[in-house]
Amino acid sequence: MYPSYMHESLKLVEQTRPARLKIAREKGRSKIFPSMTAEEREDVLHKFHPDYKKDAKHAVRIGPNAGEEITTEVADILESWPRINPDTFEPMLKKPDMETDVLVVGGGSAGASAALLAEQTGARVLLVTKLRLGDSNSVMAQGGIQAAVNPQDSPVRHYLDVMGGGHFDNKPELVEALAMDAPLVVEWLTELGVMFDRLPDGKLKTRHGGGTSRTRMLSCKDYTGSGILRVLRDEIECRNERIRVMDFTPAVELLMDAEGRVAGAIVQNFETDEYFIVRAKAVVMATGGLGRLHTQGFPTTNHYGATCDGVVLGYRAGAKMLYMDSVQYHPTGAVYPEQILGFLVTEKVRGLGGQPVNKEGNLFVFPLEPRDVEASAFIRECLERNNGIATPSGQQGIWLDSPIIEELEKPGTIERELPAMVRQFKRFGIDITKEPMLVYPTLHFQNGGLDVNAQCETNIPGLYAAGEVQGGTHGRNRLMGNSQLEITVFGRRAGKFAAEYALALKKELPLNLDHVRAFSKEVQKLGIDRSRVSPILLPDYIPSHIKEKQMTSHYLGTVRG
Amino acid sequence: MSKKQEQVSVFIMGKKFMVPAASTIMSALEYSGFQLKRGVGCREGFCGACATVYRLKDDFKIRTGLACQTVVQEGMLIAQIPFVPAVKPVYDISKLEPTITIFKQLYPETFRCLGCNTCSKACPQDIRVMDYINAVERGDLAKAAELSYDCIRCGMCALRCPAEIGQFNVAILAQRLYGSCLAPKSKEMIERVEQIRKGQFNEEMAAIKATDKAALKKMYYERDIEPGESV
Repeated sequence: MYPSYMHESLKLVEQTRPARLKIAREKGRSKIFPSMTAEEREDVLHKFHPDYKKDAKHAVRIGPNAGEEITTEVADILESWPRINPDTFEPMLKKPDMETDVLVVGGGSAGASAALLAEQTGARVLLVTKLRLGDSNSVMAQGGIQAAVNPQDSPVRHYLDVMGGGHFDNKPELVEALAMDAPLVVEWLTELGVMFDRLPDGKLKTRHGGGTSRTRMLSCKDYTGSGILRVLRDEIECRNERIRVMDFTPAVELLMDAEGRVAGAIVQNFETDEYFIVRAKAVVMATGGLGRLHTQGFPTTNHYGATCDGVVLGYRAGAKMLYMDSVQYHPTGAVYPEQILGFLVTEKVRGLGGQPVNKEGNLFVFPLEPRDVEASAFIRECLERNNGIATPSGQQGIWLDSPIIEELEKPGTIERELPAMVRQFKRFGIDITKEPMLVYPTLHFQNGGLDVNAQCETNIPGLYAAGEVQGGTHGRNRLMGNSQLEITVFGRRAGKFAAEYALALKKELPLNLDHVRAFSKEVQKLGIDRSRVSPILLPDYIPSHIKEKQMTSHYLGTVRG
Repeated sequence: MSKKQEQVSVFIMGKKFMVPAASTIMSALEYSGFQLKRGVGCREGFCGACATVYRLKDDFKIRTGLACQTVVQEGMLIAQIPFVPAVKPVYDISKLEPTITIFKQLYPETFRCLGCNTCSKACPQDIRVMDYINAVERGDLAKAAELSYDCIRCGMCALRCPAEIGQFNVAILAQRLYGSCLAPKSKEMIERVEQIRKGQFNEEMAAIKATDKAALKKMYYERDIEPGESV
C-alpha cells in the first residue's frame, strides 16, 4: 500500500496511461519514445552513471593490474591480508586431505555446468561452495536467457547486439563463444529437463530485452534462473558417484606448485572451522560477483554470498583482471516498501511493455535502452530534473507502470508471466496488476572480472574462470539475458577444458603458498591495517551497538576469528 | 540507532530481543547480533534457504514463512529450519519413461498422500502442493510440472506432511520429465543447432569479428529492430 501523499502522482500515472497506450498500439512499442543516439548515450553516462562519480575508482597498488584504476571497494579487498598464515599451513601441504582432477569453486549455474561437463569429459570432480549448492545470483535471475533460435535472428546479430550493448569494448572471442554456443546450451538444458516457456506448437517464446534487435529472450516465467539451476543441481545429485559436493565450504586461498601452476585450494568448513588441503590438477573459479560489497553504498539485488571472493583468490595467485572498474546498476530495483529496498524488478516487465514514467506520469526515456543508459536516465530524471517520487525514508524513485501490460497484451498476462513479481509485492500489499511499482537503480552485476580466453583459461596455468567472476564478455555493460547465458556457456567450456587439461597433466609437483607470502609482503609495505582481511566471505550486517558489546579480539573480515 | 524508531519484542528460539517494527525476520536476526550462515541465501524470496516456523502471540497455530519475506510482529516466537532431510534417489533422466510407474518406483511414498492439504497450507509460495502431488498420482505429469513450477525448495511441505512425502523432490522429477520428454519440441531451435554444427555462420562471424570499431558502430546504430509486439 502506498502512502497517501503518493496518491496524487499515482493518479497522474493513470491519467496519462490511455494516451501512452494509444501510442504504443499505433506506432508500435519500439517507437513510444526515441532511443538515444551514440552521443546522447555517452552524455548521460558520463554525467549520471555511478561509475563516473568521483571516488568511484582507485588505482590498485599491488598485483598484476597494479597502477590500474578499479572500483574502490574492490581495490580495498585486493589490498588486504589473507585469512590464513602461510607458515602455519606449509607443513600441511605435504599431506593433502583430498585429491581430485578438477576442483570447482562455487555452486551457481557456472559452477554446476562446469562440474557436469568436467565429469562428462572423464574427470573426478570436487565442487566446494560457501553456502549451499545452488546458492548464487544465478538462482535469482528472473527475466530470461538470450539465444538466437528464431529464423529471423542469427548468432551474428546476437554478436552485434552484445558488442553495442558493451560499447564495443567486449572481448570478441568471448562474444563469439557466447552467441554461437547459445542455441547449443538451450538444447542441452532442454534435454536435461529445463521447462522453457513455449507456444503450443513447441516454438520457444521469445521477447525483447534492453538492447536486443531481435526477440531472443527465452524464459521460464520469471523464475528463469531458478528453472535452470534446479535442474543442474538435480543432475549433479544424480551423478554423485563422480561429482562430490561440499556445501558450506568456501575456498580461502589457492595453492600453487613449483612450476607456477594452480594446483588446488585451502578450503574451510564454514561450520566447524576446520581447514582442508585440496590438491587438484585444475581449478575452476565460479564464485560469482560483488553485490554484497555495496559499492558506493548502493543496495543490491545480489545473493548474500556475492563478495568477490574469486577475484581476490585469483588475483593473489597472479591472474589478471579485466574491466574491474565497471559495475552494473540495474535500472529497476524496488525502492518501496523499505523491506524490499534494492530487490530486483525484472527487465521482463519492460520487455512485456511496462513503461517507466516520472511523477507527472510522463515517459522520459525509451524503456529498453541498454542497462547503464537506462539507469543513468532514471538517475537524471530524479536528481537533475527533480521528477522523481520521494519515499518516506528519503529515497527517490520512478514509477514503473506495470498495469499497462494487461491492456497492451491481455488481462492475466502479469499473473502468468511475472508470478514472482506479483508475489513479491503482494506480500507487502501492492497489486502490480493494478498499481505501478516504485523503482530506482540498484547494484546488480560485476561487469569485469578475471581475464580469460574462450577456453576460460586465465594467464595462470591450471586456473580457469567462468561466469560473473570472468571479465570481458560484456565490455562494461551487460545486456539482460546474457548472464544466464554466460554462466552456462562458459561454465560448460571451463568444465570441459579444465578436465582435458587435468587429464593430460602427468607430473604432480609439491604444493606451496609462496604467492600468498609474496602478496602479504606487498600488503605490509602499504601499511595496511591487520584487521583488513579478504576474501571477506560474508557481508557484515551486525549493527555497531552489538559489536561494541562483543569484545572480540579481532575479526577476519566479517567472520569472527 | 535512533530511539524514535518503533520497536517490538520478538523471541528468537525462545530468547527475547527488541527489534525495529519494520524488520523482516531475517533483518531482526541480524539486528540482534546473529551472524547468519545457514538460514540465509538470496534474501529476495528465490532460493528457499530461510524457511522459518513461528507462532504469534496468543495463537496456537504454527505458521511457516521465509525469513526474508516475513515482517516481525509483537510477541512473535521464531525458529529457523537449517536443513530439510528428504529422500533423493539417483537416476539417469535420459533413460526414464515419463509415466506414473517411475514415481511408484522412485517415490512410492507419494501414493500415501492423505489428502489433508497441510502441505499447501505450509507453502510460503502459496503453491497448491497437494494438487500437484495428486496430479502425479493420476500420472498427469504436465499438470504436476506446471502447478509446482514456482517451488523454491524451502522444504516446509515435506516437514509438515503426515505421509512423509518429499514433495519438492517429486516436483523436480515431474518438471524434468515434462521438460525433457513431454513438452513439444521447438523445430526452430533444432534447425538452428544443426546450422551451427554445420558451420553455417562461421564465415559471417569471422567477418564481423574482423570489423573495426568504427564500422561496427555504424552497423549497430543502423541495424533494424524487430517490432516483436507479442509472441
